[in-house]
Formats: sequence, C-alpha cells, structure tokens
Amino acid sequence: MHPAYSVIFFTTASGAGYGLLAMLGLGAAFGVVFPQSIWFCLVALGLSLGLITLGLLSSTFHLGHPERAWRAFSQWRSSWLSREGVAAVATYVPAGLFGLLWLGGFDGGPVWKLLGVLSAVAATITVWCTGMIYGCLTTIRQWNNPLVAPIYMALSAATGLVLFALLMQGFGAGQSWHVVLAIAALVVAAALKLIYWRGIDQAPRDLTIGDATGLGRLGTVRQFEAPHTQSNFVQREMGFKVARKHASKLRRLCLLVGFAGCLAACVLALLLPGAGTMVFLVIATAAAGFAVVVERWLFFAEAEHVVNLFYGTERA
Amino acid sequence: MTSLPTAEERSGKKLGLVIDLDTCVGCHACAVSCKEWNTQGYSAPLTDVNAYGSDPVGAWLNRIHSYEVDTEDGQPNRTVHFPRSCLHCEEPACVTVCPTGASYKRAEDGIVLVNPETCIGCKLCSWACPYGAREYDPSHGVMKKCTLCVDRIYNEHLEPEDRQPACVRACPAGARHYGDLGDPDSAVSKLVAERGGYDLLPQSGYKPVNKYLPPRPRRTGTQPEAAKAPKALEALGAGDGSLADQFFKWADKVLTR
Ligand code: SF4
Ligand code: SF4
Repeated sequence: MHPAYSVIFFTTASGAGYGLLAMLGLGAAFGVVFPQSIWFCLVALGLSLGLITLGLLSSTFHLGHPERAWRAFSQWRSSWLSREGVAAVATYVPAGLFGLLWLGGFDGGPVWKLLGVLSAVAATITVWCTGMIYGCLTTIRQWNNPLVAPIYMALSAATGLVLFALLMQGFGAGQSWHVVLAIAALVVAAALKLIYWRGIDQAPRDLTIGDATGLGRLGTVRQFEAPHTQSNFVQREMGFKVARKHASKLRRLCLLVGFAGCLAACVLALLLPGAGTMVFLVIATAAAGFAVVVERWLFFAEAEHVVNLFYGTERA
Repeated sequence: MTSLPTAEERSGKKLGLVIDLDTCVGCHACAVSCKEWNTQGYSAPLTDVNAYGSDPVGAWLNRIHSYEVDTEDGQPNRTVHFPRSCLHCEEPACVTVCPTGASYKRAEDGIVLVNPETCIGCKLCSWACPYGAREYDPSHGVMKKCTLCVDRIYNEHLEPEDRQPACVRACPAGARHYGDLGDPDSAVSKLVAERGGYDLLPQSGYKPVNKYLPPRPRRTGTQPEAAKAPKALEALGAGDGSLADQFFKWADKVLTR
C-alpha cells in the first residue's frame, strides 16, 4: 500500500496525543497531576490536544473533498472510519471541559477527576477505531490481523507515556515510576510488533494469480499484457511494494534506533540525576517519534493488497 | 446508508454481467464505450489528466487484462483476455467501510453505486475491494466505479435494445451478457449453469454477482497448425547463407530502420 505522508503523520501524531491525553486524565483521577498548575495544564493538555488536532487536520489533506468531511460522522453503524471520526470529535467534549475546569483554578474535585477518566476512555476508543480501520480490511493480509489494533494502542500508550514523563520532569514533578511506566509500554509495544512481524512473515502466501483469475483450473497463469500502458490509480495506491531487503533494514532501524534507543535513553534518565534526566528524556522522546514514524511507514509499505494478483503478482 | 440492505429489504433481483472468457477477443471496445458513455452520464466528468502526455492518469471503470496460461499438456499456451469491472457483490465491504453513506447497494436491483454529491474521496472503499474495481477520479475528487449503466438500463428515452450497459452493447464478440442473476430462469442464469460460470475469488466472501464463463476445453489430438508456425519461421530466421537469404537479411535491416 502506498505510504501517504499525511496518513503517517496523522496516525502517529494523534496516537501520541491521545496517549498523553489518556495519561493526563488518569493522572488527574489518581492525584498524580496537580490541579493547581495552570501552566502545566496549558503546556501538557495543549500539547496533547494540539497533536490530536494537527493529526486530524492532516488526515483531511488526502481527501478529494475536505469540505465534506463532516459527512463522515454519519455511518458509525457500519464503518470504523466513521466511528473514528465520531470518537475523535466526542473526545474533545470531556477533554475540553477537563481543561476548562483545570484552567479555571478548580481544586481537583470529583467532577474534574471524572472528566479526566472520560477523556482517557474516549482517547482509548478513538485509537482502537483507528487500528480497526486497517484491521477490518480482509483484502490486505498484513492488516487483517488481530494484533493490528492492539499495536496501535500500545504505540499510542508508549509515545504518550514518554511525553508524560518528559513533561512531568520538565515541571519538576518527575518521578522514577513515570519513566518505568514508559519503559514497560515500550517493551510491550516492541514485543507485539516483533510477534506481528514474525506472524506476517510466516503466514502462507496461498493465493495465486490462478486463484484470482479462476484460470488456475487450466494451468499456470501469468500476465501476458497489462490493461493499460501507464499505471492507474489502483496500481499507484495499492501496488506500492517495498523490497524485502529494504524492509528488513528499516525494521532493524525501527527496533535498534527507535525502540532500543528510546529504552536506553529512559534507563539513563532513571540513572542520572537532575539535568541529565531531562536531557535523556528529550532524547527518548525523539527516539520514540522516530520509532513510530518508521513503524507506520512500514505498516503501509509492507501491506500487500490482493488486487495485485490481477496485475501479475504471482502470490499474495 | 452504508449498511447493506437486509435480506427482507432486497427484492431478490441481482442485476449483473456474465463475461465469456472463451469468446472475448481482448479488443477493449467495451472499455472504450464504457469510458465514452460515462464521461457524459452518471459518472461524469471522468476526465483523463494529461491524456496525451507521457504519463496519463484517469479513472476507467472497466479494464481488460490478458493472461497467458501454460496448460502443461504439450500444447501451446493459451491467451485469455479478461475484462475486469465491479462485480456488484452481494456482501461488499466497499459499501460498509464508507464513512459517509456515499457508497451504497441498492435494495431494488443490487447495483452498487457511489453518490458523487456526498463522497469525500477518502479512498477507503477502493482499499476494501479485492477486485480493483474502484478508481479515484482526480478530476472530480470522488470515487468512480461501474454503475451497470444505471442511466441506460432504465432509460425510457433510449430504444429498448439500447437499454443495456454500454459495454454489452459494444462487444463485437458477444462475450458480455447482461441480466438478472437472481432469477434462475433468466437467460444469463441459464448460461452460467450450462457453461459452469464461476465467481472471482470466492474466498473474499463478498459473493460477486457477476460471473465468468471459463474458456472451453481445447480440441485435443493433432498439433494445431498455429503451433507449428513459429518453427517454420525460426528455420527461415536461421538462414542458409544463400544469396536469397542475404538479400532478405539486408531487406529486413533496411525496412526496420
Ligand atoms: S467488485 Fe469491488 S466495488 Fe464492486 S461491489 Fe464488489 S467489492 Fe464493491
Ligand atoms: S471514497 Fe467516497 S465512496 Fe469511497 S469510502 Fe470514501 S466517501 Fe465512501
């Protein structure tokens, strides 16, 4: 599948934003984040809602008719994309009220905590819907996989937790367990991704060009002539293919520079005192961002659509 | 509404095409007449961008592939021309994934359509189609697909014999048949039963309505003349060095310049 930069940016940025929002909401409920700091609210909640909003806006860039985007809220009964849209907009309601009460110098009472929990729940639902947009497509073997939506959640949690640890540290309230939590989420996400990659590598590629055309009954089929001299929409959108060698190099880069780099930086942040912690948390954030962008690019580039069989691919 | 019509809502009518892979000659007449009709009808504008340049793009609703089948029986390979367009599936996820309701399946005749007034051009439906039947129209910002010529088949302004899809009307080989596949007594249903018509990728679970008739078995026995021809040509190409042969080589060089 063609890796469109707007979609990569949207899913990674909003993923991190929703992860951070969920942490802030839960942090509020459990008395971890301080209701009294308006600046923390402005920076942390601002960053999370900013990432979400930028992501949502960028996702409308690849639409043919962005001005009709509001129509996408109507089909939540059948469509995960519609559900994602509804959940994304609905999240602004508790998150916005949560922020308003916070800015209003509210003393952190039960209403504020409840709004925090609701924001976290809505954020979780939204990310799940994003994952299911891909996970429900039976036409793409690498996406129609039960791990796809959990990985979207795990990566959103991991990036959100790294940002949370960074912000708490930045506001002088950093505690080691914030970083430990981020490490745990990173390990879970990397483990799920490794299992997923093994799974898609080992899955049988049992559909052939003969199955697709139904001509396999006559013998061995190969493409004799394509229907058109220039590639069409279907080939440009669905026919993108990354070389196996290239993909495995990127997977290593994602794991070793992204995930391992982020983990190492988190561990160093735990070990070093004062300013060192902050420096390494900044490095951890950059590494986490790198990891998710490469992961997302590969998620698209490694996805093989069954329609390619009609265009001469021998197996899918 | 992108939820599919329920069994009760459906009329039982399943309009669709039956494509005969035995008779299709791969002339692309159906694709051309489809494009011609649809640039002015329901699917307008359907304009090609950079149509005469080096890299033209544009949506076409019908695409004609050609495959070569090695029959592994000592006989020459077979060429099969293979038109591919929307199969108007009974359970198509291209409809259910649509977030806007623009993609829908009609209860009354099973035709799958895109409403160009409400489509946002998110392209998700094209990802959900296993058959590559949906193409994004860059000149219009919306998704396009075969409409089964919904603006012809019910069109009272046309002569009765023209009230069928443009591709069916255009096919010079009679390889395309249109009718109600939900009615077991219709001509198309009988044709499918008689010739062993099949579904493309039944594994998809989309239950395509359109059917493909397989190429008929080949007459076996003696090697067909056509298969011998290449050998004769080869002998000629190898040459015997005679004056005539040199002349032909010279002529060949001059003429291919
Ligand atoms: S062939 Fe593709 S576009 Fe047509 S109904 Fe089936 S899934 Fe939808
Ligand atoms: S491109 Fe149009 S028809 Fe297709 S899913 Fe998006 S809104 Fe629906």
